[in-house]
Amino acid sequence: MGILNRLNDPTEGGGIVLATVEDVLNWGRSKSDWYLQFGLACCAIEFMAVNAAHYDLMRYGIIFRSSPRQADFLFVTGTITLKMAERVKRLYEQLAEPKYVIAVGSCAASGGPYWEHGYHVLKGLDQIIPVDVYIPGCPPRPEAFQEGMMKLQAMINQEAIFNKRKRVAEEDAKFKNSNFAESPSDIQIKM
Amino acid sequence: MQAKEIYDVLKTEFGDRIISFNDSAAGDPFIEIQSDKILEISLFLRDNESLLFDFLNSITAMDLVDKLAAVYHIYSVSLNHRIVIKLFVPKDNPKVPTVERCWRTADWHEREAWDLMGIEFVGHHNLIRILCPYDWEGHPLRKDYQAPEFYHGIKVN
Amino acid sequence: MGEKKKVDVEYSPFESDKFRVNIGPQHPSTHGVLRLEAELDGEIITEVIPHIGNLHRCMEKHCEFKTYPQIIPFVDRLDYCSAINNELPYVMGVEKLLGIEVSDKVEYIRVILSELNRIGNHQIAVAAFGLDTGAFTPFLYLFRDREFIVKILEHCSGARLLYNYFWIGGLARDIYPTFKEDCLDAIKRIRITNAEIMDLLINNKIFIVRTINTGILPGDVAINFGCTGPVLRGSGVPFDLRKAQPYSIYERFDFNVCVGTGELGTIGDSWNRNIVRMNEMEESCKIIEQAIAQMPMEGDVREKVPKRVKPPKGEIYSCAENPKGELGFYIVSDGTDKPSRIKVRSTGFSNLSVLPDISKGYMIADLMVTLGSLDIVLGDVDR
Repeated sequence: MGILNRLNDPTEGGGIVLATVEDVLNWGRSKSDWYLQFGLACCAIEFMAVNAAHYDLMRYGIIFRSSPRQADFLFVTGTITLKMAERVKRLYEQLAEPKYVIAVGSCAASGGPYWEHGYHVLKGLDQIIPVDVYIPGCPPRPEAFQEGMMKLQAMINQEAIFNKRKRVAEEDAKFKNSNFAESPSDIQIKM
Repeated sequence: MQAKEIYDVLKTEFGDRIISFNDSAAGDPFIEIQSDKILEISLFLRDNESLLFDFLNSITAMDLVDKLAAVYHIYSVSLNHRIVIKLFVPKDNPKVPTVERCWRTADWHEREAWDLMGIEFVGHHNLIRILCPYDWEGHPLRKDYQAPEFYHGIKVN
Repeated sequence: MGEKKKVDVEYSPFESDKFRVNIGPQHPSTHGVLRLEAELDGEIITEVIPHIGNLHRCMEKHCEFKTYPQIIPFVDRLDYCSAINNELPYVMGVEKLLGIEVSDKVEYIRVILSELNRIGNHQIAVAAFGLDTGAFTPFLYLFRDREFIVKILEHCSGARLLYNYFWIGGLARDIYPTFKEDCLDAIKRIRITNAEIMDLLINNKIFIVRTINTGILPGDVAINFGCTGPVLRGSGVPFDLRKAQPYSIYERFDFNVCVGTGELGTIGDSWNRNIVRMNEMEESCKIIEQAIAQMPMEGDVREKVPKRVKPPKGEIYSCAENPKGELGFYIVSDGTDKPSRIKVRSTGFSNLSVLPDISKGYMIADLMVTLGSLDIVLGDVDR
């Protein structure tokens, strides 16, 4: 009787799977993440090694793009300085929704070794843009990059698509109410 | 050529413009000169047949609390010897003639010294900040520097 | 009602106007966060202004608040492609101030690891230069073989990229038993790959046409701009600090100073700068082989150094031949356990300052080739 019978029969016309639209879309999105290539400092060299033959990040379906318009998420690899912070924020704003951010290394997480007297270092990427996954280390090992990548894929897999706007609004409200210096939308861009 | 011999050559040429030869402390000896004569001395160092200092390693700006210092590390590729030239300037009016005409690499080194320590190089063609943003305030490597709390709305410390 | 005036406008069909293009700081071929402002006349570059400082991490300010051993990790992070090479001039300078002599075994290990890291750095440089000119395969081959070097350094120090392995008065810990065999294995692999890279990239017709006669830097201009390393040697000036003022134990080894000979193109162009790097890898292999043959395995790797390192009052300029050129540390000690000033004479800062001069008059597409051949690392340029 139509489609359900064919699903139960493995030999004749099988291979049809029933799933929610959300699951299928999430599966597709999480397995073909394209990131914006954006090397900042030391972690970028390790990131090059992750992309190269030995660790081969591409087998996760992750391909680099040079333009933020074509990318799904942002790998911020390295120290962000104040001169650079406004540009990082602008690149983040140029990414198309849905967008994610991975902060790589202790510099992107908190300022790293430069937190104490770094008059020109941003003390943590989350001061300017929301971060989804942090990868610790100075620099992180390639295995840590892979783990962080899988964390992001797991996050995308569980994401609600149809309640997206609600979720984004909730997150924005959370971000605004937290005790950051200023909310990200208030920061002026001067290039 | 040893540092002492170079000092003797400079002393006979420039007389009391060369203040002292200092090799008492540990490490490298240095020659102290009057701050307004650096360009003439550098041109002499570069063009003299027995010196031929054609290579400027770096210009260091130092904060000695009561005054500022500029230190020139100079090397000769052809004759393979080094010398350190040091000069002191007062903190309220730190002005040094530029040596950009002598070694073109001095362009960026002087901009860095201006940016981080606030030594003004008179005659430099484009003395603007190089490492810090162009609208940065203050000279960060001075000992009494206070980092700003906010920069363009981003919290610094 | 006013009268309408007739306006004659003559358009010249070939009149051109200069315009400005912004490249970076987020650009795949700027090797980091460099911003270039190029003024173009059609496709011809009339002016290039580099805007640096996007990675200014206040290293010199931090050094004033840290003790001498604590500074070594900061030194690693200057030129992060060759961290071991950065540590060498710094620890040599502090040891010279303190009057410490390290044992022969330590010197040999330092030389071997420095040369290994020099090869690793040149592999990154050639790979990135290949990427700039549109060749992706050499990148995969070179990074595959760089892993062998990284493995050795990781086995010694515990870290893959930033090592903190050379300490004042010796090394952090002793090498492991199969160190010599691993180094010889790595050299064997490097030689095989380098022969492949010569065919695949360096003598490739497309690569040659893109790189020869671009960004020509004459030797005297290079010296006047303070260029060192492969950039200076590519211009035909045989200046290498390892030969000119031998530090550590480099006078015990037999090796050549590679210079650009202009066998293809002109002396001082991008291709010649790159061939110097390829030849230097072979010279480094030779040094490592000699050092492994002479190295004693017995002995301690730490000299007696007091827990609080307090050099006497004084100042020193300590420099060494980094893969990218002369890296110098001007260390001013005021007799306490923290330096009063540390100035880094970085290689990239001087090497990059020549870019506006040598890229003028070439096509915009050659700008990235010229920049790639200078092999800058922004951590080193901005500090």
